[in-house]
Amino acid sequence: MTPPLEGIRIVDFSQFLAGPYASLKLLDMGARVIKVENPKAGDLCRHIYLSDTKIHGESTLFHAINRGKESIALDLKSPQGLAAARTLITHADLVIQNFRPGVIDRLGLGYEQVKAIKPDIIYGSISGYGDSGQWADLPGQDLLVQARSGIVWLSGNADQGPVPIGLPIADISAGANLAQGLLGALFRKERTGQGALVETSLLEALIDLQFEFLTTYLNNDEIPPERAQKGSAHGYLPAPYGVFETARGHLALAMTPLDKLVNLLGLQEDPRFASGSNAGFTHRNEIHAILRSAFKTKSAEQWESLLIKHDIWCARILNWKEMLRTEAGKALEMLLPDPENTTTSLRHLRTPIRLDGQRAPSGPDAPELDAHGQAICEEFGISRI
Amino acid sequence: MTDTATIPPLSGLRVLDFAQFLAGPVAALRLADLGAEVIKIERPQGGDSCRSMVVNEQILEGDSLVFHTFNRGKKSVAADLKEPADLEKIRRLIASADVMIHNFRPGVMERIGLDYPAVRKINPRLVYGTVSGYGNEGPWRDKPGQDLLVQALSGIAWLNGNADDGPIPTGFAMLDVATAGNLVQGILACLLRRGITGKGALVEVSLLSAALDLTFEQFTCFLNDAKRQPQRHRIGNANPYQPAPYGIYKTVSGYLAIAMTPLSELARLLQAPEIDAFGQERAFCDRNDIKAVIAGILATRTTDEWLGILEPAGVWCAPVLDWPDFIASDGFEALDAVQTIRSASGDEAYTTRCPIRIDGRNLGKGEGAPALGLHTRTILKSFAAGEE
Repeated sequence: MTPPLEGIRIVDFSQFLAGPYASLKLLDMGARVIKVENPKAGDLCRHIYLSDTKIHGESTLFHAINRGKESIALDLKSPQGLAAARTLITHADLVIQNFRPGVIDRLGLGYEQVKAIKPDIIYGSISGYGDSGQWADLPGQDLLVQARSGIVWLSGNADQGPVPIGLPIADISAGANLAQGLLGALFRKERTGQGALVETSLLEALIDLQFEFLTTYLNNDEIPPERAQKGSAHGYLPAPYGVFETARGHLALAMTPLDKLVNLLGLQEDPRFASGSNAGFTHRNEIHAILRSAFKTKSAEQWESLLIKHDIWCARILNWKEMLRTEAGKALEMLLPDPENTTTSLRHLRTPIRLDGQRAPSGPDAPELDAHGQAICEEFGISRI
Repeated sequence: MTDTATIPPLSGLRVLDFAQFLAGPVAALRLADLGAEVIKIERPQGGDSCRSMVVNEQILEGDSLVFHTFNRGKKSVAADLKEPADLEKIRRLIASADVMIHNFRPGVMERIGLDYPAVRKINPRLVYGTVSGYGNEGPWRDKPGQDLLVQALSGIAWLNGNADDGPIPTGFAMLDVATAGNLVQGILACLLRRGITGKGALVEVSLLSAALDLTFEQFTCFLNDAKRQPQRHRIGNANPYQPAPYGIYKTVSGYLAIAMTPLSELARLLQAPEIDAFGQERAFCDRNDIKAVIAGILATRTTDEWLGILEPAGVWCAPVLDWPDFIASDGFEALDAVQTIRSASGDEAYTTRCPIRIDGRNLGKGEGAPALGLHTRTILKSFAAGEE
């Protein structure tokens, strides 16, 4: 299979997560990614350690995000470094950057400046909050954008205070959106020869992610959704949707007809359980409480096998170790050791996308700083001195 | 090339959306925002189940507001795929399309005769996108591919909330939206390749794969850390693998979020040498004790007072806003993030827009979702048996 983006060359000036995630997605589909890093320490992400886990002395995070890329060190503040970057760009299809608004223009590598030397360039830009307004210059950091976007009030229970999503959701969503915009623009370029400026931001990504709820909110006299008192999993869906503690472990229940469930649990008849009534919404907390005590009599595993037989949409809640032990965890190719990656015992996740039935290999580890600098200079006739 | 800057990138492409509810339709929505013509193929009785999934009693022109949120700007063709006459028309429609998307459970399209090998014979240039819950193989393949249930099985529910909480799922369909994004990326890349090779492709994504991809950074830590389950912080957890002070803290007036900050810097600004005494190298392993000290101090003043001290010093922090405050903020205003959609009969509602800007312009047409079968006649007319 020819990878769909084979032959596409990306010069990536971005750091941390959002921009590098976008280029990783394009790399997995066949693009070549040349990472331009500052010679002193490189991508700041090389030195941000999540927990205490390190790979080859650098953060696991960095390797997860930058596997398979090439690295060249260039001092963009020096005339030679800048000239080298410009030469690289003339050989590129895509440029990606995620500096704060204005920074890349001061360096001389803003969209208009790049377009002047490469008119059909497709230029992708990620900011924290867009490039205007009072927030434009604030640090575009995931948790802080979560804090400002209202998203922290959608998870957890009613009296819990704000509960952020415990993964860098704004970065990853913004990177995914940028990848989509860049691909759309590449498609147009194939047909019209026209380049493009593609822009998005972490804040727009979180607004987009909340679009279902926000649309409801905006058309509902701006009354926010309410989290359930316990086991909350969705602000606008009726009972029993949510999470329940059992004799052992937890069980998640999705949309389920209440009357059917109540029958299976052997609960007393109650008008609140009648099908077609709106009780699941208006009496959500009371119904949750009744179900909670019923679920305490068996383990989550027992409930799951019992309820699934009756087509109730439910699942036992697993942690990662438990998931890996299941047959399904083993079957998922994203987790299998990569047969094409024999250079390292390190385990990376692979792409979530299968093309023509195949999942792209995870490729080599992330590069050491400037690992490809010399080779790239020779290939494109660049001098750094 | 006079007007190319204003041509939406996917203009002229035809996408058939056989999907229901969320991940598939939202992928098609993104393609519509990028300029493609999207035609929903719906069963004549009731159509996409999402039309009748009314949330919070909000309806626009007979269909749930949620349906409009996912399907604005599309066309609708009603067809019964179990009826040979309808199926034949749809096969001809497929021959005219560039992309089709479905999210039926594994096996359903094979029985109808519209699986990828069958459809490729009608249209070798077609890019065929499918969404499943758990992929086409393995013991989970027939489980319902529903967002909360995939959150439950994928371990993702143990990243939110604090150490003493049970599992806390993310309170909206996060995995559906992430899956849609993956599908769009795969489809667009294959459309690009089609320009060179002339051949279509099969693009497959699943909610479970999206869940792992969203956690790829943390899951990679886990895999390379002796497969030890990440431990959520005791208070204000925002990412189990981050060291103190990362997280959310209560203040006198509300809440404050603090991201990566050196302990010595925070100790200086909070005038609390006891924070610095832990030492930066203990910021991860002693995170709970350090955060308890910080929480005690931050609880003594308002969010604004703390912002007045921390922000000028360059500390990465933010007030925690709810939607009313967020919507009223200048930062929200500056994004121009809301669009008004109009239904065919002129009813209006607000929704958010595509988060991508191209050449400085926002994308989108400001239309509502179509009534069921609204375009059946106009679109299928040319494909009716005996009319060609």
